[in-house]
Amino acid sequence: MLNIIIDVSKYFMILFAAIYTYYNFSYFRYSEMEEKHRACAGQIRVLFVFHALAYGILYLKTQELRVAVFYVAQVVFFLLYIYLFRLLYKHVSRVLVNNVCFLSCVGLVILTRLNFDRAVRQFVILVLSAFVTWLIPFVIDRVWQLSKIPWVYGIAGVVLLLVVLVLGSITYGAQLSIEIGGIRFQPSEFVKISFVFFVATMFYRSTSFRQVCITTAMAALHVLILIASRDLGGALIFFLTYLCMLFVATDNWGYLVGGLGIGAGGALLAAKLFTHVAVRVSAWLNPWADIDNTGYQITQSLFAIGTGGWFGMGLYQGMPKRIPVVEKDFVFAAISEEMGGLFALCLILICLGCFLQLILVANQMQAMFYKLIAFGLGIEYIVQVFLTVGGVTKFIPSTGVTLPFVSYGGSSVLSTFIMFHVIQGLYILKRNEEEEFG
Amino acid sequence: MDKKNAKKLGVGKKTKKAEGKKKTVQRTGDKANRNILLVTYVFVFLFLALILYFSYFLTIQRDSVINNAYNARLDSFADRIVRGRILGSGYEVLAETKVGEDGSEQRSYPYQNLFAHVVGYTGKGKTGLETLANFYLLSSHTNLAEQAYHELMGQKSQGDDVVTTLNVQLQQLAYDALGNKRGAVVAMEPDTGKILAMVSKPDFNPNTIAADWENMVSADNSSGQLLNRATQGLYPPGSTFKIVTALEYMREHPNDYKDFLYDCSGLLTEGEYQIRCYHGEAHGQVNFVDSFAQSCNGAFATMGLSLDLGKWKSLSEELLFGKELPLSLAYNKSSFVMGTGADTWEILQTSIGQGGTQITPMHNLLITAAIANGGVLMKPYLIDHVESAVGQSVKKFTPSTYGSLLTAEESAQLTELMQEVVKTGTGSALRDASYTAAGKTGSAEFETGKESHAWFVGFAPVENPKIAVCVIVEEGGSGGRAAAPIARKLMDAYLE
Repeated sequence: MLNIIIDVSKYFMILFAAIYTYYNFSYFRYSEMEEKHRACAGQIRVLFVFHALAYGILYLKTQELRVAVFYVAQVVFFLLYIYLFRLLYKHVSRVLVNNVCFLSCVGLVILTRLNFDRAVRQFVILVLSAFVTWLIPFVIDRVWQLSKIPWVYGIAGVVLLLVVLVLGSITYGAQLSIEIGGIRFQPSEFVKISFVFFVATMFYRSTSFRQVCITTAMAALHVLILIASRDLGGALIFFLTYLCMLFVATDNWGYLVGGLGIGAGGALLAAKLFTHVAVRVSAWLNPWADIDNTGYQITQSLFAIGTGGWFGMGLYQGMPKRIPVVEKDFVFAAISEEMGGLFALCLILICLGCFLQLILVANQMQAMFYKLIAFGLGIEYIVQVFLTVGGVTKFIPSTGVTLPFVSYGGSSVLSTFIMFHVIQGLYILKRNEEEEFG
Repeated sequence: MDKKNAKKLGVGKKTKKAEGKKKTVQRTGDKANRNILLVTYVFVFLFLALILYFSYFLTIQRDSVINNAYNARLDSFADRIVRGRILGSGYEVLAETKVGEDGSEQRSYPYQNLFAHVVGYTGKGKTGLETLANFYLLSSHTNLAEQAYHELMGQKSQGDDVVTTLNVQLQQLAYDALGNKRGAVVAMEPDTGKILAMVSKPDFNPNTIAADWENMVSADNSSGQLLNRATQGLYPPGSTFKIVTALEYMREHPNDYKDFLYDCSGLLTEGEYQIRCYHGEAHGQVNFVDSFAQSCNGAFATMGLSLDLGKWKSLSEELLFGKELPLSLAYNKSSFVMGTGADTWEILQTSIGQGGTQITPMHNLLITAAIANGGVLMKPYLIDHVESAVGQSVKKFTPSTYGSLLTAEESAQLTELMQEVVKTGTGSALRDASYTAAGKTGSAEFETGKESHAWFVGFAPVENPKIAVCVIVEEGGSGGRAAAPIARKLMDAYLE
């Protein structure tokens, strides 16, 4: 009997995700704020229905009270996050707030199914990160010095990355994390943000050739340290973000084309020089040739996605735990397996919706500093989504990055919250301005 | 992103509001926005490509990806579905799952040992068609309402049936003809690639695989019942390899190969080396056609000495020696090891299919089938179609071309040679058949003091080949006497 409920529920979950996605894009279509708000209200309703349904299934399957309690705690968190945010800041971007909730919600659902303790841990970090980073819009509005300290961002970033390179513990062949006071964290997640601030402040001051050279040298330093730490995904995110920011700041096609050329050459060189790069490329080209070893993770992921098909196996009906690092880098495969390819597709579209919202903010900011920050963070976000989804589905070689808000991982959650709340800060700034002068 | 969005993201509209700002600032802002939009389009395009790829994966690639022995997820399908049946081409039941009153399931193979290797077994892992068709057997296409009803009642649905290309009559004939000898028989339709029969001996009973397992895999057991000799057994090709030597000779002597003459005394002496014809028989003076028909070792060793070793090697590769075969069953790659630095002895040996060359019966059959089919190899296949438990067709497999292994002209020339084998040479077992046949015998020596392995590859009718057969009888002696008659039985039965 439970099987049939799970089977039916998966179609409803897909339906809810589709409606949510529809609202997300109709938001962009509307020009009146009132219509936009109506779409957002619709999103919130669908979000809670989806949430209730998913946890209903999780509860029925586990029959554990703690799952029910966990659910209630999440409802409280989502309500607080959505409505208290509006009280604190009148002009918060509601669609972005909703998307944060929806993505976190999907993440918590699949994490609860995979590993309850980790889900709880993730939830605690979500709550703390969300509330602490509420300060950011306030800071952005009040603290003008943010645009005046490029070298603080630049040097802090490089030092943090160097610390990881020297002291870092190795996870899956990459030096990513350090441990301080029993808490393990990944500095590169935070350097992503300081890096964007560094580049934005540098180009805000000047885009002279000399300035470009200095900035490029610092950016290259970031990327090289990441490569030395074997964090290929991170290196790629930094590299592409810098190139896009450079192009937008200078309007110089030569930089873009030259940079892409250097990047492609560097990638080819890396594939020749480093065995761990070559291994990933060959695992991408033909994972079936070494299915037990280097191709194991990606083939398990493809089995999961393929076996799930368009509609998924239903929660608890698949075998996502067979995929190594499924809670982190490969969470997309688990979602696709059990909740369906269509659901996964909606998830991609929602991430794309977040990106478009970030870009809209970049577009509307007048000050180049803010514009570059919003744009840079937007690019970082979307490159990361592309790398993880593309890697899991074998569209591109796997680079081992997380899906923001969905994947398990404290540093990733906190840094994405910082990212989104910086954007919120800019959005609020803009809206306040419009209200004052408009 | 739609047009409205583009407009909104686009330049001008918002920035115009900033009246107080300097014009230059506005212009850089406009340019920046234009470039931001451009970059955004690139990423939206990348995501469209990703979504397209994802959809392609889920619609087209899915079946072939997940039907993999390494995909443990398929086994979980068995919780909801009763494994379907494997049927012969005439719907004979080769494997079925019997469900007891208590719901216990038993996989049963009514033909016992007959299809042991090709249908395979379940329980101790899966082999043969059981693994090849695993996904289909564990999918159900009975109607949805019925499936939902079963689901509600906590019952299992009936999995789909897999209808194979295997001809039970031919299989039985081949099986009986091999008797207690070790060896293999494979037959296929050269123009479609349908595999009609595949027998390997010694065999085992898939019904009692669990009970016999320990015994079969124990170190004391040297008979290798579990090995499918048809696809995995590597043998010296013996004189059947003269097909390759002859082809290389024809390629290097396109105009005058028919002028070849050799005086056979039963023994060829080349420096310190000697090559004997089978049982030392003296063939007298033979031309190119005769030497092939009589399988004269001396003549072919002489030809071999004149050949370009590099070209010979590349011909062997064109004929798939050392290459992947278009075969989904487990198999071993054949090998042609002679390189350009080979010495006289190796050349002499290789010319007549001895030396380091090794081939599987399946591969030998594929070469023969390509010759029968005008040089074009059809991909061999075992599953004709899949149908639901109530007989509705679910998936149909159609013949597909692998590619040309040799030209149509070359295959015609080889066919001529192989027909002569039957008419006047060592393939006498087929001489008085009611149809025309072409073939090549082989007697491959593998160990001093033991009888040679008996080979036969051939096809019939010559005008419009319907069946190609490969037979190997381990330690069977002469190919003409031990292997060709088995091929004839299959051809007789199939062409009647």
